[in-house]
Amino acid sequence: MTSQTDSLLKVRNLKTTFHSKGRTLRAVDGISFDVRAGEVLGLVGESGSGKSITLRSIIGLTRDYGSVEGNVYWKGEDLLARTDKQLQSVRGSQISMIFQEPMTSLNPLLSIGLQIEENLKAHTELDKRARKARAIELLDMVGIPSASSRLSDFPHQFSGGMRQRVMIAISLASNPEMLLADEPTTALDVTIQDQILQLLLSLAKNLNMAIVLVTHDLGVVAQTCDRVAVMYAGRLVETGSVRDVLKRPQHPYTLGLLKSVPENIPPAHHSFRFPARHQHWTHCRRAALSLPAASGRKMCVLVPNPR
Amino acid sequence: MTQFETLQTTQPKRKLPPRVKALLRPGFLLGFFILSGSIILAVFPAAFAPYDPNAFDFMAIQQAPSWVHPFGTDNLGRDTLSRVIWAYSVDMQIAFFATFFAMVIGIIVGSLVAYHGGFADVIFGRIVDVTITFPFLVLVIAVVAVLGPGLTNMYVAVTLVQWVYYARLTRAEIMTQMTSDYASAGRVMGYSSGRIIFRHLLPNAMTPLITFWMTDMALAILLGSSLGYLGLGAQPPQAEWGVLIAEGRNFITTAWWMSLMPGIAIVVTRLGFSLVGDSLADVLRPRGAS
Repeated sequence: MTSQTDSLLKVRNLKTTFHSKGRTLRAVDGISFDVRAGEVLGLVGESGSGKSITLRSIIGLTRDYGSVEGNVYWKGEDLLARTDKQLQSVRGSQISMIFQEPMTSLNPLLSIGLQIEENLKAHTELDKRARKARAIELLDMVGIPSASSRLSDFPHQFSGGMRQRVMIAISLASNPEMLLADEPTTALDVTIQDQILQLLLSLAKNLNMAIVLVTHDLGVVAQTCDRVAVMYAGRLVETGSVRDVLKRPQHPYTLGLLKSVPENIPPAHHSFRFPARHQHWTHCRRAALSLPAASGRKMCVLVPNPR
Repeated sequence: MTQFETLQTTQPKRKLPPRVKALLRPGFLLGFFILSGSIILAVFPAAFAPYDPNAFDFMAIQQAPSWVHPFGTDNLGRDTLSRVIWAYSVDMQIAFFATFFAMVIGIIVGSLVAYHGGFADVIFGRIVDVTITFPFLVLVIAVVAVLGPGLTNMYVAVTLVQWVYYARLTRAEIMTQMTSDYASAGRVMGYSSGRIIFRHLLPNAMTPLITFWMTDMALAILLGSSLGYLGLGAQPPQAEWGVLIAEGRNFITTAWWMSLMPGIAIVVTRLGFSLVGDSLADVLRPRGAS
Protein backbone atom coordinates (compact mmCIF):
# COMPACT_ATOMS: atom_id res chain seq x y z
CA MET A 1 0.00 0.00 0.00
CA THR A 2 1.34 3.39 -0.91
CA SER A 3 1.70 6.03 1.72
CA GLN A 4 -1.13 8.46 1.24
CA THR A 5 0.70 11.59 2.25
CA ASP A 6 2.51 12.11 -1.03
CA SER A 7 -0.45 11.28 -3.24
CA LEU A 8 -1.30 13.97 -5.74
CA LEU A 9 -4.72 12.59 -6.49
CA LYS A 10 -6.78 10.46 -4.19
CA VAL A 11 -9.96 8.97 -5.56
CA ARG A 12 -12.20 7.54 -2.86
CA ASN A 13 -15.31 5.47 -3.51
CA LEU A 14 -16.13 7.21 -6.77
CA LYS A 15 -19.55 6.32 -8.12
CA THR A 16 -21.00 7.63 -11.35
CA THR A 17 -24.61 6.84 -12.17
CA PHE A 18 -26.59 7.64 -15.28
CA HIS A 19 -30.33 7.93 -15.27
CA SER A 20 -32.36 7.35 -18.38
CA LYS A 21 -36.11 6.88 -18.63
CA GLY A 22 -36.48 5.63 -15.07
CA ARG A 23 -33.62 3.18 -15.35
CA THR A 24 -30.32 3.73 -13.63
CA LEU A 25 -26.95 2.56 -14.80
CA ARG A 26 -23.99 2.59 -12.48
CA ALA A 27 -21.03 3.05 -14.81
CA VAL A 28 -18.47 3.49 -12.07
CA ASP A 29 -19.17 1.57 -8.91
CA GLY A 30 -17.08 2.64 -5.97
CA ILE A 31 -13.57 3.10 -7.25
CA SER A 32 -10.63 4.13 -5.09
CA PHE A 33 -7.06 4.70 -6.20
CA ASP A 34 -4.12 7.03 -5.71
CA VAL A 35 -1.82 8.75 -8.13
CA ARG A 36 1.52 10.03 -6.89
CA ALA A 37 3.46 12.91 -8.40
CA GLY A 38 5.32 11.91 -11.55
CA GLU A 39 3.76 8.46 -11.65
CA VAL A 40 2.25 6.82 -14.72
CA LEU A 41 -0.87 4.88 -13.81
CA GLY A 42 -2.51 2.66 -16.39
CA LEU A 43 -6.25 2.13 -16.22
CA VAL A 44 -7.10 -0.93 -18.28
CA GLY A 45 -10.26 -2.83 -18.98
CA GLU A 46 -12.57 -3.82 -21.79
CA SER A 47 -14.89 -1.45 -23.61
CA GLY A 48 -17.66 -0.26 -21.36
CA SER A 49 -15.87 -1.10 -18.13
CA GLY A 50 -16.01 2.54 -17.07
CA LYS A 51 -12.42 3.64 -17.67
CA SER A 52 -13.24 6.78 -19.62
CA ILE A 53 -16.14 7.66 -17.33
CA THR A 54 -13.82 7.43 -14.33
CA LEU A 55 -11.46 9.84 -15.99
CA ARG A 56 -14.21 12.24 -16.98
CA SER A 57 -15.71 12.07 -13.52
CA ILE A 58 -12.42 13.10 -11.93
CA ILE A 59 -12.33 16.31 -13.96
CA GLY A 60 -16.05 16.91 -13.61
CA LEU A 61 -17.23 16.32 -17.16
CA THR A 62 -19.84 13.68 -16.36
CA ARG A 63 -21.81 15.69 -13.83
CA ASP A 64 -23.86 17.29 -16.61
CA TYR A 65 -25.53 14.04 -17.57
CA GLY A 66 -25.01 11.78 -14.58
CA SER A 67 -24.67 11.94 -10.84
CA VAL A 68 -21.24 11.56 -9.28
CA GLU A 69 -20.71 10.50 -5.67
CA GLY A 70 -17.62 9.93 -3.59
CA ASN A 71 -14.52 12.06 -3.23
CA VAL A 72 -11.76 13.13 -5.54
CA TYR A 73 -9.01 14.77 -3.53
CA TRP A 74 -6.60 16.89 -5.52
CA LYS A 75 -3.79 17.85 -3.17
CA GLY A 76 -6.18 17.31 -0.31
CA GLU A 77 -9.03 19.35 -1.76
CA ASP A 78 -12.23 17.70 -2.88
CA LEU A 79 -12.82 18.47 -6.55
CA LEU A 80 -16.32 17.05 -6.59
CA ALA A 81 -17.43 19.63 -4.04
CA ARG A 82 -16.42 22.43 -6.39
CA THR A 83 -18.67 24.15 -8.89
CA ASP A 84 -17.82 24.25 -12.56
CA LYS A 85 -16.53 27.77 -12.20
CA GLN A 86 -14.31 26.87 -9.27
CA LEU A 87 -12.95 23.94 -11.25
CA GLN A 88 -11.69 26.27 -13.97
CA SER A 89 -8.61 27.14 -11.97
CA VAL A 90 -7.64 23.47 -11.71
CA ARG A 91 -8.64 22.36 -15.18
CA GLY A 92 -6.03 22.99 -17.80
CA SER A 93 -3.52 24.54 -15.42
CA GLN A 94 -3.03 21.71 -12.90
CA ILE A 95 -4.90 18.80 -14.46
CA SER A 96 -5.08 18.45 -18.22
CA MET A 97 -6.69 15.91 -20.44
CA ILE A 98 -6.21 14.57 -23.94
CA PHE A 99 -8.77 12.62 -25.87
CA GLN A 100 -9.02 9.51 -27.94
CA GLU A 101 -9.94 11.16 -31.22
CA PRO A 102 -7.37 13.71 -32.33
CA MET A 103 -9.39 14.40 -35.46
CA THR A 104 -12.23 16.03 -33.52
CA SER A 105 -10.62 17.33 -30.37
CA LEU A 106 -9.27 20.47 -32.02
CA ASN A 107 -11.53 23.30 -33.11
CA PRO A 108 -11.49 23.15 -36.92
CA LEU A 109 -11.96 26.90 -37.31
CA LEU A 110 -9.02 28.18 -35.26
CA SER A 111 -5.35 27.96 -36.14
CA ILE A 112 -3.36 25.72 -33.83
CA GLY A 113 -1.27 28.68 -32.71
CA LEU A 114 -4.39 30.39 -31.43
CA GLN A 115 -5.54 27.21 -29.73
CA ILE A 116 -2.28 26.81 -27.85
CA GLU A 117 -2.16 30.47 -26.91
CA GLU A 118 -5.72 30.24 -25.68
CA ASN A 119 -4.67 27.96 -22.85
CA LEU A 120 -1.80 30.30 -21.97
CA LYS A 121 -4.19 33.24 -22.00
CA ALA A 122 -6.54 31.46 -19.63
CA HIS A 123 -3.97 30.30 -17.10
CA THR A 124 -0.85 32.44 -17.32
CA GLU A 125 0.06 36.11 -17.20
CA LEU A 126 2.21 35.98 -20.32
CA ASP A 127 1.82 38.79 -22.85
CA LYS A 128 1.15 38.25 -26.54
CA ARG A 129 4.79 37.97 -27.58
CA ALA A 130 5.67 35.60 -24.76
CA ARG A 131 2.63 33.46 -25.52
CA LYS A 132 3.74 33.04 -29.09
CA ALA A 133 7.26 32.14 -28.05
CA ARG A 134 5.89 29.60 -25.59
CA ALA A 135 3.59 28.15 -28.26
CA ILE A 136 6.57 27.59 -30.56
CA GLU A 137 8.53 26.07 -27.69
CA LEU A 138 5.65 23.70 -26.93
CA LEU A 139 5.29 22.59 -30.54
CA ASP A 140 9.03 21.99 -30.62
CA MET A 141 8.78 19.99 -27.45
CA VAL A 142 6.14 17.64 -28.85
CA GLY A 143 8.22 17.16 -31.98
CA ILE A 144 6.50 19.16 -34.67
CA PRO A 145 9.07 20.21 -37.26
CA SER A 146 9.45 23.90 -38.19
CA ALA A 147 7.11 24.82 -35.38
CA SER A 148 7.14 28.57 -35.89
CA SER A 149 5.87 28.32 -39.45
CA ARG A 150 3.10 25.92 -38.51
CA LEU A 151 1.49 28.13 -35.89
CA SER A 152 -0.87 29.64 -38.41
CA ASP A 153 -1.90 26.27 -39.85
CA PHE A 154 -5.32 24.85 -39.23
CA PRO A 155 -6.09 21.40 -37.80
CA HIS A 156 -7.11 19.97 -41.18
CA GLN A 157 -3.57 20.55 -42.41
CA PHE A 158 -2.23 18.07 -39.87
CA SER A 159 -2.30 14.29 -39.82
CA GLY A 160 -3.82 12.33 -36.96
CA GLY A 161 -0.55 11.79 -35.14
CA MET A 162 0.40 15.43 -35.59
CA ARG A 163 -2.93 16.55 -34.23
CA GLN A 164 -2.47 14.39 -31.17
CA ARG A 165 0.90 16.06 -30.69
CA VAL A 166 -0.74 19.46 -30.99
CA MET A 167 -3.36 18.34 -28.50
CA ILE A 168 -0.60 17.29 -26.11
CA ALA A 169 1.10 20.65 -26.65
CA ILE A 170 -2.12 22.45 -25.74
CA SER A 171 -2.66 20.37 -22.63
CA LEU A 172 0.93 20.90 -21.51
CA ALA A 173 0.85 24.64 -22.13
CA SER A 174 0.56 25.70 -18.52
CA ASN A 175 2.69 22.94 -16.98
CA PRO A 176 0.02 20.71 -15.46
CA GLU A 177 0.99 18.36 -12.68
CA MET A 178 -1.23 15.61 -13.96
CA LEU A 179 -2.35 14.56 -17.42
CA LEU A 180 -5.44 12.44 -17.96
CA ALA A 181 -4.98 10.57 -21.21
CA ASP A 182 -8.13 8.95 -22.52
CA GLU A 183 -6.91 6.31 -24.96
CA PRO A 184 -4.59 8.81 -26.63
CA THR A 185 -3.26 6.30 -29.14
CA THR A 186 -6.29 4.23 -30.04
CA ALA A 187 -7.11 6.17 -33.19
CA LEU A 188 -3.52 6.14 -34.42
CA ASP A 189 -1.58 3.51 -36.29
CA VAL A 190 0.98 1.41 -34.50
CA THR A 191 4.17 3.28 -35.34
CA ILE A 192 2.61 6.61 -34.44
CA GLN A 193 1.22 5.04 -31.24
CA ASP A 194 4.70 4.19 -30.17
CA GLN A 195 5.99 7.69 -30.93
CA ILE A 196 3.19 9.33 -28.98
CA LEU A 197 3.67 7.04 -25.99
CA GLN A 198 7.40 7.65 -25.96
CA LEU A 199 6.70 11.35 -26.14
CA LEU A 200 4.27 11.20 -23.22
CA LEU A 201 6.71 9.16 -21.18
CA SER A 202 9.63 11.47 -21.77
CA LEU A 203 7.50 14.51 -21.02
CA ALA A 204 6.26 12.91 -17.83
CA LYS A 205 9.82 12.23 -16.77
CA ASN A 206 11.19 15.65 -17.72
CA LEU A 207 8.33 17.69 -16.29
CA ASN A 208 7.68 15.39 -13.33
CA MET A 209 4.10 15.06 -14.49
CA ALA A 210 1.77 12.30 -13.40
CA ILE A 211 -0.20 10.52 -16.11
CA VAL A 212 -3.36 8.48 -15.83
CA LEU A 213 -3.39 6.49 -19.02
CA VAL A 214 -6.64 4.88 -20.00
CA THR A 215 -6.19 2.08 -22.48
CA HIS A 216 -7.35 -1.38 -23.35
CA ASP A 217 -3.98 -2.33 -24.73
CA LEU A 218 -1.93 -4.34 -22.25
CA GLY A 219 1.11 -3.95 -24.45
CA VAL A 220 0.90 -0.21 -23.95
CA VAL A 221 0.60 -0.68 -20.21
CA ALA A 222 3.59 -2.97 -20.03
CA GLN A 223 5.64 -0.47 -22.00
CA THR A 224 4.76 2.73 -20.25
CA CYS A 225 3.14 2.45 -16.86
CA ASP A 226 4.55 2.25 -13.36
CA ARG A 227 1.36 0.93 -11.85
CA VAL A 228 -1.76 -0.52 -13.33
CA ALA A 229 -5.38 -0.67 -12.23
CA VAL A 230 -7.62 -3.20 -13.92
CA MET A 231 -11.27 -2.28 -14.27
CA TYR A 232 -14.19 -4.53 -14.90
CA ALA A 233 -17.89 -3.63 -14.87
CA GLY A 234 -17.31 -0.35 -13.08
CA ARG A 235 -15.07 -1.76 -10.35
CA LEU A 236 -11.38 -2.06 -9.83
CA VAL A 237 -10.52 -5.73 -9.75
CA GLU A 238 -6.79 -5.43 -9.28
CA THR A 239 -4.26 -2.72 -8.61
CA GLY A 240 -0.53 -2.98 -8.33
CA SER A 241 2.80 -2.41 -9.98
CA VAL A 242 2.87 -3.36 -13.63
CA ARG A 243 5.35 -6.12 -13.05
CA ASP A 244 3.30 -7.75 -10.30
CA VAL A 245 0.00 -7.54 -12.07
CA LEU A 246 1.22 -8.76 -15.43
CA LYS A 247 3.45 -11.49 -14.04
CA ARG A 248 1.28 -12.75 -11.22
CA PRO A 249 -2.31 -11.72 -11.82
CA GLN A 250 -4.43 -12.43 -8.75
CA HIS A 251 -7.87 -11.85 -10.15
CA PRO A 252 -9.35 -14.24 -12.74
CA TYR A 253 -10.45 -11.29 -14.89
CA THR A 254 -6.90 -9.99 -15.11
CA LEU A 255 -5.79 -13.44 -16.05
CA GLY A 256 -8.44 -13.59 -18.76
CA LEU A 257 -7.43 -10.19 -20.04
CA LEU A 258 -3.82 -11.30 -20.23
CA LYS A 259 -4.75 -14.51 -21.98
CA SER A 260 -6.70 -12.60 -24.59
CA VAL A 261 -3.49 -11.03 -25.83
CA PRO A 262 -2.06 -13.09 -28.65
CA GLU A 263 1.42 -14.19 -27.74
CA ASN A 264 3.66 -17.22 -27.94
CA ILE A 265 2.20 -18.12 -31.28
CA PRO A 266 4.98 -19.85 -33.15
CA PRO A 267 5.80 -17.94 -36.31
CA ALA A 268 5.46 -19.75 -39.61
CA HIS A 269 8.70 -21.01 -41.09
CA HIS A 270 8.54 -18.08 -43.43
CA SER A 271 5.80 -15.54 -43.82
CA PHE A 272 3.96 -14.74 -46.97
CA ARG A 273 2.81 -11.22 -47.21
CA PHE A 274 -0.07 -12.01 -49.52
CA PRO A 275 -1.13 -15.53 -48.71
CA ALA A 276 -4.42 -15.19 -50.56
CA ARG A 277 -2.63 -14.31 -53.75
CA HIS A 278 -0.13 -17.02 -53.36
CA GLN A 279 -1.94 -19.51 -55.52
CA HIS A 280 -1.47 -17.25 -58.52
CA TRP A 281 2.22 -16.94 -57.92
CA THR A 282 4.10 -20.16 -58.34
CA HIS A 283 7.79 -19.70 -58.06
CA CYS A 284 8.48 -19.11 -54.48
CA ARG A 285 11.99 -19.45 -53.34
CA ARG A 286 13.61 -18.54 -50.12
CA ALA A 287 16.21 -15.89 -50.36
CA ALA A 288 17.95 -13.68 -47.90
CA LEU A 289 17.48 -10.63 -50.03
CA SER A 290 17.56 -7.46 -48.04
CA LEU A 291 17.32 -8.65 -44.48
CA PRO A 292 20.64 -8.98 -42.74
CA ALA A 293 21.62 -12.57 -42.34
CA ALA A 294 22.15 -12.12 -38.62
CA SER A 295 18.43 -11.51 -38.08
CA GLY A 296 17.86 -15.14 -38.97
CA ARG A 297 14.75 -14.25 -40.94
CA LYS A 298 13.89 -15.32 -44.41
CA MET A 299 12.16 -13.35 -47.03
CA CYS A 300 9.87 -14.82 -49.61
CA VAL A 301 10.30 -13.75 -53.18
CA LEU A 302 7.29 -14.22 -55.38
CA VAL A 303 7.33 -14.47 -59.12
CA PRO A 304 4.13 -14.35 -61.15
CA ASN A 305 2.91 -17.39 -63.08
CA PRO A 306 4.42 -17.72 -66.51
CA ARG A 307 1.70 -17.35 -69.11
CA MET B 1 -4.06 17.12 -90.15
CA THR B 2 -7.14 16.31 -88.12
CA GLN B 3 -5.06 14.13 -85.86
CA PHE B 4 -2.85 17.05 -85.03
CA GLU B 5 -5.84 19.15 -84.17
CA THR B 6 -7.27 16.58 -81.81
CA LEU B 7 -3.92 16.22 -80.14
CA GLN B 8 -3.54 19.89 -79.57
CA THR B 9 -6.88 20.29 -77.86
CA THR B 10 -5.73 18.36 -74.79
CA GLN B 11 -4.37 21.31 -72.87
CA PRO B 12 -4.52 21.13 -69.11
CA LYS B 13 -7.20 23.42 -67.74
CA ARG B 14 -6.44 25.75 -64.88
CA LYS B 15 -8.25 24.46 -61.82
CA LEU B 16 -10.28 26.78 -59.64
CA PRO B 17 -10.65 26.24 -55.90
CA PRO B 18 -13.85 24.23 -55.31
CA ARG B 19 -15.48 26.98 -53.28
CA VAL B 20 -14.96 29.54 -56.01
CA LYS B 21 -16.20 27.03 -58.54
CA ALA B 22 -19.37 26.47 -56.55
CA LEU B 23 -20.04 30.20 -56.73
CA LEU B 24 -19.64 30.37 -60.49
CA ARG B 25 -23.03 28.82 -61.13
CA PRO B 26 -25.67 30.75 -63.05
CA GLY B 27 -27.98 30.64 -60.03
CA PHE B 28 -25.55 32.37 -57.76
CA LEU B 29 -24.40 34.85 -60.39
CA LEU B 30 -27.99 35.86 -61.12
CA GLY B 31 -28.78 36.11 -57.41
CA PHE B 32 -25.64 38.08 -56.74
CA PHE B 33 -26.43 40.44 -59.62
CA ILE B 34 -29.99 41.03 -58.35
CA LEU B 35 -28.89 41.45 -54.75
CA SER B 36 -26.04 43.84 -55.44
CA GLY B 37 -28.29 45.79 -57.84
CA SER B 38 -30.95 46.00 -55.13
CA ILE B 39 -28.44 47.23 -52.58
CA ILE B 40 -27.11 49.88 -54.99
CA LEU B 41 -30.66 51.04 -55.72
CA ALA B 42 -31.38 51.09 -52.01
CA VAL B 43 -28.33 53.17 -51.17
CA PHE B 44 -28.54 55.63 -54.11
CA PRO B 45 -32.21 55.82 -55.11
CA ALA B 46 -31.91 59.48 -56.14
CA ALA B 47 -29.26 58.61 -58.73
CA PHE B 48 -31.52 56.15 -60.55
CA ALA B 49 -35.06 57.48 -60.10
CA PRO B 50 -35.98 59.68 -63.07
CA TYR B 51 -38.54 61.72 -61.10
CA ASP B 52 -39.23 62.86 -57.58
CA PRO B 53 -41.23 59.93 -56.09
CA ASN B 54 -43.63 62.27 -54.31
CA ALA B 55 -44.08 64.93 -56.97
CA PHE B 56 -47.66 65.19 -58.19
CA ASP B 57 -48.21 65.76 -61.90
CA PHE B 58 -51.88 66.30 -62.54
CA MET B 59 -51.26 66.48 -66.29
CA ALA B 60 -50.14 62.83 -66.25
CA ILE B 61 -52.60 60.87 -64.14
CA GLN B 62 -52.71 57.07 -64.51
CA GLN B 63 -50.73 57.01 -67.70
CA ALA B 64 -49.90 53.59 -69.09
CA PRO B 65 -46.21 52.59 -69.30
CA SER B 66 -44.44 54.56 -71.99
CA TRP B 67 -40.94 55.81 -72.76
CA VAL B 68 -41.56 58.86 -70.60
CA HIS B 69 -42.91 56.84 -67.68
CA PRO B 70 -41.62 53.25 -68.15
CA PHE B 71 -43.75 51.90 -65.27
CA GLY B 72 -46.64 54.32 -65.83
CA THR B 73 -47.99 56.86 -63.35
CA ASP B 74 -50.42 56.56 -60.44
CA ASN B 75 -53.68 58.27 -59.65
CA LEU B 76 -51.87 61.42 -58.49
CA GLY B 77 -49.53 61.50 -61.46
CA ARG B 78 -46.50 60.23 -59.53
CA ASP B 79 -44.00 58.21 -61.56
CA THR B 80 -44.34 54.53 -60.56
CA LEU B 81 -40.76 53.65 -61.56
CA SER B 82 -39.38 56.33 -59.27
CA ARG B 83 -41.61 55.19 -56.45
CA VAL B 84 -40.56 51.57 -56.92
CA ILE B 85 -36.90 52.60 -56.90
CA TRP B 86 -37.28 54.73 -53.78
CA ALA B 87 -39.12 51.84 -52.16
CA TYR B 88 -35.90 49.80 -52.47
CA SER B 89 -34.28 51.78 -49.70
CA VAL B 90 -37.26 51.17 -47.41
CA ASP B 91 -37.67 47.49 -48.22
CA MET B 92 -33.98 46.61 -48.06
CA GLN B 93 -33.92 48.35 -44.70
CA ILE B 94 -36.82 46.17 -43.64
CA ALA B 95 -34.97 43.08 -44.85
CA PHE B 96 -32.04 44.00 -42.65
CA PHE B 97 -33.53 45.55 -39.53
CA ALA B 98 -36.45 43.15 -39.25
CA THR B 99 -34.03 40.22 -39.16
CA PHE B 100 -30.73 41.42 -37.72
CA PHE B 101 -31.76 42.15 -34.14
CA ALA B 102 -33.87 39.02 -34.01
CA MET B 103 -30.82 37.06 -35.14
CA VAL B 104 -28.48 38.64 -32.59
CA ILE B 105 -30.91 38.12 -29.70
CA GLY B 106 -31.79 34.63 -30.90
CA ILE B 107 -28.15 33.57 -31.20
CA ILE B 108 -27.26 34.85 -27.74
CA VAL B 109 -30.29 33.35 -26.02
CA GLY B 110 -30.13 30.10 -28.00
CA SER B 111 -26.46 29.44 -27.26
CA LEU B 112 -26.71 30.31 -23.57
CA VAL B 113 -29.76 28.12 -23.15
CA ALA B 114 -28.13 25.25 -25.03
CA TYR B 115 -24.92 25.44 -23.05
CA HIS B 116 -26.30 25.90 -19.56
CA GLY B 117 -29.52 23.93 -19.92
CA GLY B 118 -31.47 23.43 -16.73
CA PHE B 119 -34.47 25.51 -15.79
CA ALA B 120 -33.81 28.24 -18.37
CA ASP B 121 -33.92 25.61 -21.08
CA VAL B 122 -37.31 24.38 -19.89
CA ILE B 123 -38.72 27.92 -19.86
CA PHE B 124 -37.27 28.51 -23.30
CA GLY B 125 -38.88 25.32 -24.57
CA ARG B 126 -42.30 26.54 -23.41
CA ILE B 127 -41.76 29.96 -25.04
CA VAL B 128 -40.92 28.21 -28.30
CA ASP B 129 -44.02 26.04 -28.04
CA VAL B 130 -46.27 29.03 -27.48
CA THR B 131 -44.71 31.12 -30.24
CA ILE B 132 -44.76 28.39 -32.82
CA THR B 133 -48.40 27.57 -32.12
CA PHE B 134 -49.44 30.98 -33.48
CA PRO B 135 -49.17 31.70 -37.19
CA PHE B 136 -46.21 34.04 -37.57
CA LEU B 137 -48.03 36.83 -39.39
CA VAL B 138 -50.97 36.84 -36.96
CA LEU B 139 -48.64 37.20 -34.01
CA VAL B 140 -46.72 40.06 -35.64
CA ILE B 141 -49.96 41.84 -36.56
CA ALA B 142 -51.18 41.44 -32.99
CA VAL B 143 -47.99 43.01 -31.62
CA VAL B 144 -48.10 45.87 -34.18
CA ALA B 145 -51.75 46.47 -33.29
CA VAL B 146 -50.74 46.92 -29.67
CA LEU B 147 -47.71 49.12 -30.39
CA GLY B 148 -49.33 51.10 -33.20
CA PRO B 149 -48.51 51.10 -36.92
CA GLY B 150 -45.21 52.36 -38.31
CA LEU B 151 -41.85 51.02 -39.44
CA THR B 152 -40.09 51.16 -36.07
CA ASN B 153 -42.90 49.38 -34.30
CA MET B 154 -42.91 46.82 -37.05
CA TYR B 155 -39.21 46.11 -36.45
CA VAL B 156 -39.92 45.73 -32.75
CA ALA B 157 -42.84 43.40 -33.42
CA VAL B 158 -40.92 41.19 -35.84
CA THR B 159 -37.90 41.04 -33.54
CA LEU B 160 -40.11 40.10 -30.60
CA VAL B 161 -41.51 37.14 -32.49
CA GLN B 162 -38.70 36.12 -34.80
CA TRP B 163 -35.86 35.79 -32.27
CA VAL B 164 -37.51 32.58 -31.07
CA TYR B 165 -36.92 30.91 -34.44
CA TYR B 166 -33.26 31.93 -34.46
CA ALA B 167 -32.83 30.84 -30.86
CA ARG B 168 -34.37 27.47 -31.60
CA LEU B 169 -32.04 26.89 -34.53
CA THR B 170 -29.00 28.11 -32.59
CA ARG B 171 -29.86 25.90 -29.63
CA ALA B 172 -30.07 22.82 -31.83
CA GLU B 173 -26.79 23.61 -33.58
CA ILE B 174 -24.93 24.35 -30.35
CA MET B 175 -26.24 21.14 -28.78
CA THR B 176 -24.81 19.23 -31.73
CA GLN B 177 -21.46 20.99 -31.43
CA MET B 178 -21.35 20.37 -27.68
CA THR B 179 -21.09 16.64 -28.18
CA SER B 180 -17.85 17.10 -30.09
CA ASP B 181 -14.53 16.51 -28.42
CA TYR B 182 -13.19 20.01 -28.86
CA ALA B 183 -16.01 21.32 -26.68
CA SER B 184 -15.07 18.89 -23.91
CA ALA B 185 -11.43 19.73 -24.51
CA GLY B 186 -12.22 23.41 -24.00
CA ARG B 187 -13.88 22.65 -20.68
CA VAL B 188 -11.04 20.41 -19.58
CA MET B 189 -8.58 23.20 -20.36
CA GLY B 190 -10.49 25.33 -17.89
CA TYR B 191 -11.87 27.91 -20.30
CA SER B 192 -14.80 30.06 -19.23
CA SER B 193 -18.23 29.18 -20.55
CA GLY B 194 -18.46 32.46 -22.49
CA ARG B 195 -15.21 31.69 -24.27
CA ILE B 196 -16.28 28.16 -25.13
CA ILE B 197 -19.67 29.28 -26.41
CA PHE B 198 -18.71 32.31 -28.43
CA ARG B 199 -15.25 31.39 -29.60
CA HIS B 200 -15.53 27.66 -30.13
CA LEU B 201 -19.11 26.49 -30.43
CA LEU B 202 -20.83 29.38 -32.16
CA PRO B 203 -18.42 29.85 -35.09
CA ASN B 204 -18.86 26.16 -35.84
CA ALA B 205 -22.63 26.53 -35.70
CA MET B 206 -22.86 29.62 -37.90
CA THR B 207 -23.37 28.03 -41.31
CA PRO B 208 -27.07 27.11 -41.01
CA LEU B 209 -27.70 30.41 -39.25
CA ILE B 210 -26.31 32.42 -42.15
CA THR B 211 -28.36 30.42 -44.62
CA PHE B 212 -31.47 30.86 -42.49
CA TRP B 213 -30.75 34.59 -42.27
CA MET B 214 -30.67 34.95 -46.04
CA THR B 215 -34.00 33.13 -46.37
CA ASP B 216 -35.39 35.15 -43.51
CA MET B 217 -34.46 38.44 -45.18
CA ALA B 218 -36.44 37.37 -48.22
CA LEU B 219 -39.37 36.53 -45.94
CA ALA B 220 -38.99 39.85 -44.13
CA ILE B 221 -39.44 41.74 -47.40
CA LEU B 222 -42.71 39.91 -47.97
CA LEU B 223 -43.73 40.48 -44.37
CA GLY B 224 -42.87 44.18 -44.54
CA SER B 225 -44.85 44.53 -47.76
CA SER B 226 -47.78 42.63 -46.29
CA LEU B 227 -47.87 44.91 -43.27
CA GLY B 228 -47.46 47.95 -45.51
CA TYR B 229 -50.34 46.69 -47.62
CA LEU B 230 -52.47 46.30 -44.50
CA GLY B 231 -51.51 49.79 -43.37
CA LEU B 232 -49.53 48.55 -40.36
CA GLY B 233 -46.00 49.03 -41.66
CA ALA B 234 -44.68 51.94 -43.69
CA GLN B 235 -47.22 54.75 -43.90
CA PRO B 236 -48.71 55.90 -47.23
CA PRO B 237 -46.85 58.93 -48.52
CA GLN B 238 -43.69 56.89 -48.14
CA ALA B 239 -42.94 54.69 -51.12
CA GLU B 240 -42.90 51.04 -50.04
CA TRP B 241 -43.86 48.10 -52.23
CA GLY B 242 -46.74 46.93 -50.05
CA VAL B 243 -48.03 50.50 -49.78
CA LEU B 244 -47.75 50.92 -53.56
CA ILE B 245 -49.70 47.72 -54.18
CA ALA B 246 -52.37 48.90 -51.72
CA GLU B 247 -52.59 52.26 -53.51
CA GLY B 248 -53.10 50.54 -56.84
CA ARG B 249 -55.68 48.12 -55.50
CA ASN B 250 -58.68 50.37 -56.28
CA PHE B 251 -57.54 50.94 -59.86
CA ILE B 252 -56.46 47.39 -60.66
CA THR B 253 -58.84 47.14 -63.65
CA THR B 254 -57.90 50.50 -65.18
CA ALA B 255 -54.28 51.01 -64.07
CA TRP B 256 -52.85 47.52 -63.51
CA TRP B 257 -49.24 48.77 -63.58
CA MET B 258 -49.68 50.60 -60.27
CA SER B 259 -49.84 47.29 -58.38
CA LEU B 260 -48.03 44.98 -60.79
CA MET B 261 -44.71 46.84 -60.96
CA PRO B 262 -43.99 46.88 -57.20
CA GLY B 263 -45.17 43.27 -57.12
CA ILE B 264 -42.54 42.34 -59.68
CA ALA B 265 -39.93 44.21 -57.64
CA ILE B 266 -40.83 42.08 -54.59
CA VAL B 267 -40.60 38.85 -56.57
CA VAL B 268 -37.27 39.73 -58.18
CA THR B 269 -35.64 40.89 -54.94
CA ARG B 270 -36.77 37.84 -53.02
CA LEU B 271 -35.51 35.65 -55.83
CA GLY B 272 -32.11 37.32 -55.46
CA PHE B 273 -31.99 36.60 -51.73
CA SER B 274 -33.09 33.02 -52.20
CA LEU B 275 -30.57 32.27 -54.94
CA VAL B 276 -27.70 33.72 -52.95
CA GLY B 277 -28.83 31.96 -49.78
CA ASP B 278 -29.08 28.66 -51.59
CA SER B 279 -25.60 28.93 -53.08
CA LEU B 280 -24.11 30.04 -49.77
CA ALA B 281 -25.64 26.99 -48.12
CA ASP B 282 -23.76 24.82 -50.61
CA VAL B 283 -20.49 26.67 -50.27
CA LEU B 284 -20.46 27.01 -46.48
CA ARG B 285 -21.45 23.41 -45.90
CA PRO B 286 -18.52 21.42 -44.53
CA ARG B 287 -16.87 19.27 -47.14
CA GLY B 288 -18.01 15.70 -47.33
CA ALA B 289 -21.46 16.47 -45.96
CA SER B 290 -24.27 16.21 -48.45
